[in-house]
Amino acid sequence: MPDTLVALYVFVLACFIGYFVIWGVTPSLHTPLVALTNAISGIVIVGALLVTGLDSAGSFAEIIGFFAVLLASINVFGGFLVTNRMLAMFRKKNK
Amino acid sequence: MQISANAQALAYLVSAVLFIFSLKGLTHPSSARRGNHLGMLGMAIAVAATLLGTGVQSYGFIIAGVLVGGLIGVVLAMRIQMTAMPQLVAALHSFVGLAAVLVAVGTFLNKLDAGQLNAVLMGELSAGAIIGAITFTGSVIAFGKLQGLISGKPVKFSMQHQLNAAIALMTVALGVHFAMSGSMFSLAVMILLALVLGVTLIIPIGGADMPVIISMLNSYSGWAAAATGFTLQNHLLIIVGALVGFSGAILSYIMCKAMNRSIINVVFGGFGSESSGAPSAGAAAMEKGIRSASVEDAVYWMEDANRVIVVPGYGMAVAQAQHSLKEMMELLEARGVEVKFGVHPVAGRMPGHMNVLLAEADIPYDRVLEMDEINPDFASTDVTLVVGANDVVNPAAKDDASSPIYGMPILEAGRSKQVYFLKRSMNPGYSGVDNLLFYKDNTSLIFGDAKDTIEGMVAALKGGGH
Repeated sequence: MPDTLVALYVFVLACFIGYFVIWGVTPSLHTPLVALTNAISGIVIVGALLVTGLDSAGSFAEIIGFFAVLLASINVFGGFLVTNRMLAMFRKKNK
Repeated sequence: MQISANAQALAYLVSAVLFIFSLKGLTHPSSARRGNHLGMLGMAIAVAATLLGTGVQSYGFIIAGVLVGGLIGVVLAMRIQMTAMPQLVAALHSFVGLAAVLVAVGTFLNKLDAGQLNAVLMGELSAGAIIGAITFTGSVIAFGKLQGLISGKPVKFSMQHQLNAAIALMTVALGVHFAMSGSMFSLAVMILLALVLGVTLIIPIGGADMPVIISMLNSYSGWAAAATGFTLQNHLLIIVGALVGFSGAILSYIMCKAMNRSIINVVFGGFGSESSGAPSAGAAAMEKGIRSASVEDAVYWMEDANRVIVVPGYGMAVAQAQHSLKEMMELLEARGVEVKFGVHPVAGRMPGHMNVLLAEADIPYDRVLEMDEINPDFASTDVTLVVGANDVVNPAAKDDASSPIYGMPILEAGRSKQVYFLKRSMNPGYSGVDNLLFYKDNTSLIFGDAKDTIEGMVAALKGGGH
C-alpha cells in the first residue's frame, strides 16, 4: 500500500476517534476544550522542527522554520497553560 | 543520543494515545486537569522524539524559536483576562494557521534542494498551505472583531459570494497547477489568494455568530495540521489534526443547532441582512410598553424567593459582573434561597464562555446548568435575573413564526413568576430582533450597568433588604 494511502487510513480512523471522544465532552468545558485543542494543534511544531533542523536546510528555509517553531511554541505553551488556569477555576461546592 | 525511525514512530503513537486521553479527560471537570497534563506529556514526548530522530541535526534556530515562542506563550497565558479568552483563542488559531503555511513553504524549499519533489507531495503541500492561510487571516479578522479593532457588524457587499467562489476556484486551480508543474510563482500566488480568502470569508460574519466562527477556525486549524501531516508523511500530525478538526466541527454543529441555523446560513447568511419589517406579534406586544423596576424591587422579590435563576449573557462578560453575582448568590443562599445559573450554548462569544467566567468568580460548577437541564425549573422559579443576555431568552423564538430567530431553542425565563432584565439600554440584541419578553406582564427592566446593578443588590441584601 502506498504511503499516502496508509496516511489516508490513519486520517479517516482518527476522524472517527475524534467524533466519539469530542461528543463526550461536557458543554461546560467547551472553552477549555477549544484552548486545549489550540495547544494540541501546536503539534505542527513537529513539522516546524523537521523543516528547521534538516541538515541540508538552506538559510531561507531555516529562517522560515524558525518562525514556524516560534509560532507553534506560542500555541503549545500558551494553550496548555491557559487551559490549566481555566480548569483550576472549576470547583465544586465546599473546597 | 539518537533514536531510530521505528522508535520515533512508537513514541509518536504513545503521544497520539495521550492526546486522545487528554481530550477524553474533558468529559468531566473532575478529570479535566489530569487530561490537560496528559496532553502536555503527549506534546513533550512528540517534541523529544522529533528532536532525537535523524531528521533534526541542527538546533540553533530551534532553541531560539522555542525560547522566544514559549516565553510569549507563557506571558500571554498568565496575563490574559478570562473575559478576553475568545481573543486569545482566535490569536492562537492564527498562529497555527501561519505556522502551517511556513512549514509548507519550508518543506517545499528543503525538498526542492534535495530534488525530492513529486506531484502528490506538492498537492498535499498546497492543501496545507491553503487551509493554513485561510485559518491565519480568518482568525486575524475574528481577533480584530472580538477585540473591537474592526467593527463586529457583518460587512456585506454585492456579489460577495460570487467573489469568494471565484477566489476559491482560482486558489485551487493554482494549487493544481503548482502540483503539476512545481512552479514557485503558482505557489506564491496561491498562498496570497488563500490569505485574501480568509479575510473575505470571515468579514461578512457578525459578532453574535462568533461562537460558530471560533469553532470553525478551531476546526480549520486542525485540518491545517492534518494536511501538514500528509505532506510530511507524519501520522502523529494526521491523527492530532483529525482530532482537533473534528472537535471544532462538532462545536460548530452544536453552536449552529443552538441557534437553529445551518452552518451554511451562518457562513453565507448572517443576521441583520433582512430588512427588518416589524414582526406582527412583536408589534402587538410592543404596544403594551415595558415596565421598569428599581434594584430594591428586585431584591424584595429575590430575598423571599425559594429559587432564583440567573441567566448570564455577553453583557455580563462586558460588565465583568460575575464576581458581584457570586457575592449576591452567597447572600441569597444565606437566606435560604436556592440560586442557579442557566447557560445557553451560544451565550457569549465562544462555546462555554459563560461557564469559564462563572468558574472564575468561584461559583461552583454544579450550580451552573445547561439549557436542557434548567428549562423544566423555570416554571417553579420565583425570580429569573437576566444579566446581559437577550436573544437566548426571547420567546419570539417559540411564538413568532415570522421572527428571524424562530425555532431557536431558548431558556424559558418567561415562565418564571418574575423576570428582571438587567439592561444598559433598549437596544435590541445582536440579532437585531426585538425581545418579546420585555413586554410580558411578569417582566421588569432594570436599566444600568450590570455590575453596578448587581452591586446595588448586594448592598441592599447586606443592609438587611427592604
